[in-house]
Amino acid sequence: MESFFSRYKNALVLIVVLLAQVIGVAIQVRRPLPKEHAQPDAGGVRLIRYWAISLVSPPERLVHWLGTSILGVWDNYIDLMHVRQQNKDLQGELRRLRIEQGGIAEDARQGQRLQQLLAFKEKYVYKTLPAQIIGTSGVEQSRILSIDKGAKDGIAVDMPVITPSGIVGRIREVFPHTSQVLEITDPTSGAGVILSTTRIRGILRGNALGQPQVISVMPDDRIKAGEPVVTSGGDQIFPRGLAVGVVDRVVVDSERDPLVDVLIRPAANLAQLEEVLVITNMGDQVTPKQKLDMIQSEAASDAEQLKASEVLAERLPSRIDPDAPKTDDANSDDSADAEGEGIARPMRPPSALHPDRFTPNITPAAASLTPGARLAPQSEGVLTTAAKPHAATPSNSNGGTTPTVAAAPKKTGPDLVPDDGSRPPAAMTARPAVTGVSTSPSHPSTTAAGGTPSVTRPATNGGGNAAETAVHAAKPATAAEAGSTPSATRSVTNNAAGATGTGERMAIPRPSSDNGYSPAASVNSAAPKTRVIVDGPLPSAAKKAATPATATTTPTTTPGQHTPATTTPGQHAPAPTAQHPATAPAPAQHKGPELVPDDGSRPPPTMVPKPVKPPQQTPPPQQQPQGNR
Amino acid sequence: MSMLGAAARRDTEVQSYPLIVFILVPLLALGLQSFVSLHFPRFDILDLPLLVTIYFAISRRNPIVGTVTGAIIGIAQDALTRQPLGIFGICKSIIGYLAASLGVRIDTENHGTRALLTLAFVFLHSSMYWLLVRRLLAQPYQWSWLHESIRAVINTVIGVILFALLDRAKRREY
Repeated sequence: MESFFSRYKNALVLIVVLLAQVIGVAIQVRRPLPKEHAQPDAGGVRLIRYWAISLVSPPERLVHWLGTSILGVWDNYIDLMHVRQQNKDLQGELRRLRIEQGGIAEDARQGQRLQQLLAFKEKYVYKTLPAQIIGTSGVEQSRILSIDKGAKDGIAVDMPVITPSGIVGRIREVFPHTSQVLEITDPTSGAGVILSTTRIRGILRGNALGQPQVISVMPDDRIKAGEPVVTSGGDQIFPRGLAVGVVDRVVVDSERDPLVDVLIRPAANLAQLEEVLVITNMGDQVTPKQKLDMIQSEAASDAEQLKASEVLAERLPSRIDPDAPKTDDANSDDSADAEGEGIARPMRPPSALHPDRFTPNITPAAASLTPGARLAPQSEGVLTTAAKPHAATPSNSNGGTTPTVAAAPKKTGPDLVPDDGSRPPAAMTARPAVTGVSTSPSHPSTTAAGGTPSVTRPATNGGGNAAETAVHAAKPATAAEAGSTPSATRSVTNNAAGATGTGERMAIPRPSSDNGYSPAASVNSAAPKTRVIVDGPLPSAAKKAATPATATTTPTTTPGQHTPATTTPGQHAPAPTAQHPATAPAPAQHKGPELVPDDGSRPPPTMVPKPVKPPQQTPPPQQQPQGNR
Repeated sequence: MSMLGAAARRDTEVQSYPLIVFILVPLLALGLQSFVSLHFPRFDILDLPLLVTIYFAISRRNPIVGTVTGAIIGIAQDALTRQPLGIFGICKSIIGYLAASLGVRIDTENHGTRALLTLAFVFLHSSMYWLLVRRLLAQPYQWSWLHESIRAVINTVIGVILFALLDRAKRREY
């Protein structure tokens, strides 16, 4: 036995050493522990690593210190030319950046508020720790960096490591004074990334050659070289939106044939790293210092903008005359005016020439109304209107942004139907409140922006179709129905007479349903220029809601009254009502609905409104007792 | 003594090194490998710890010493990487054992012989590393003959130069 050991002692030693190391490797690569107990290395392995790091790091630190010292002497005492000029330039750039930051900070806060509304927790980089790279693994198969910051500096495992250019990796192992960083080029690394243009998500991992790649991506022709790649935040390590690199090329994954690997050219120069930033704090709240910075930057930004506005006000011809009498403009921006005289006012829509009946103390308070009340019910898809057309329109006294009409089906007056062929046939009674209405300069049509329900839409077609108008005019209708029906009365101003631009008007009450409405006789179909199509309610429904509906009478038929214009927020429609005669008064014989433009095309107050040519053949209103229906 | 041939001299010649050299050279190899690769990324194609292992093994001509030296240097090199301790240790243990065993039988003073040994050991080291990483750990590792050949040639050239430098530090005892 002794001779056996003495004869094969070399081989036995080798076998023992190899066996011990194999067992050690097997212990290290066993099934990982649960997350809460998991550590990169067990205690013994960690101790060995610590010893090795402790042996290697001091010389590296020493060499690094020597190098930085020599460079520091050169940089701090010798190479100081142009420093003063650089300082001046940098201070100027700092001021500019602070101004820009003021605007960006507001957007960021708004984004945070919106994300809080969406219960979305976004991680922001709030605290970083700079660290020096003091070494690498020295092995091309293992992309490991050593930094000079450790646990005593607040470093923890899995903290992301970045540079201003892009991500570098994550902390893999932490020792008291040093740490190991696993680069994104390592085959065992992983980071959730997203291709910024194609929005393709994937996992970033290094290949055997040390180039990061997004593995196992479905083939997509849209992936082109140069497409930026950013972190997606899905790995719970890297914050979202950090630069990773750009697409280099796409190669077929040899192990997963249909899938491809997208090779990435890293944004950070991983081959020449000297300093990195370890993100030690990510949260969803702004630190007080950052708040202070944002406030200061905003103040600086406001001051700069104030200066700019003052300069602009001096140069613009629209400078406010301080001697001019101050007008009680409801739309005036008091805050803007109060900040300083001589400052150019922001451009506002022109105010109304005179108050209309939508001004306060004329329109009943909204609180007194019944939301959604319909006195003229809808029959077979016919849009019905509220009993009080003007009551359904809230006041617009202060130029606020109160919605004018809460619901689209609420029509408070006659609605105008374009006569350009786009108008649906009579059988299609349900019509959207906003229709494509052509506009001519003489009769600006009303198009409610943003789907605001327009009550009165004077549609004027410059090239009106006379034949079509005649066909519509031949429809049996009674003006009496129009007068007694508060529902959707559609008036169309149509230049049927030609291209003169002046249209005659006629009322064409149209039965809203097949409920046996008898056509009336008071339809002047000889030269129709204006149609008023009335969609009336069912008789039964009308009886139920007869009293309020008839008491107010629709503006389409009441003489002297005019159709309430659509009041979009912030607009003062110069509705030429009977109570407030407009500059373009309706002729005495005009009994029909008055077309009121309510878009922004009306002339400003300083301009003399163009007189509207009165309609020549407006059918007289057919007033009938409301009880007829 | 002068009548002895080369082979006899090899058997009787015992090359020893000061202890400080025996400790510092592997550490310096590890440190240089780690530090120089930081500033010259292509430097990692070199494997200074492997060259040091080969040199001490063929110089000491003791397989046990070569095995243990290779295991220690390899584990220390593993400690600097993200892989489990023992991968490089196993590889370098075998390399140390083989180098020491061959150093007893062949003339290791010749530069050509050293070059051939180094070339073969670098290939062997890479193949064992591939076997362990790819088969034992099931981790991705791409074998490239071209890359490994270049790597072996470069390590051989550097190794011959390094061995000549380290020869100056050894003590000859008869």
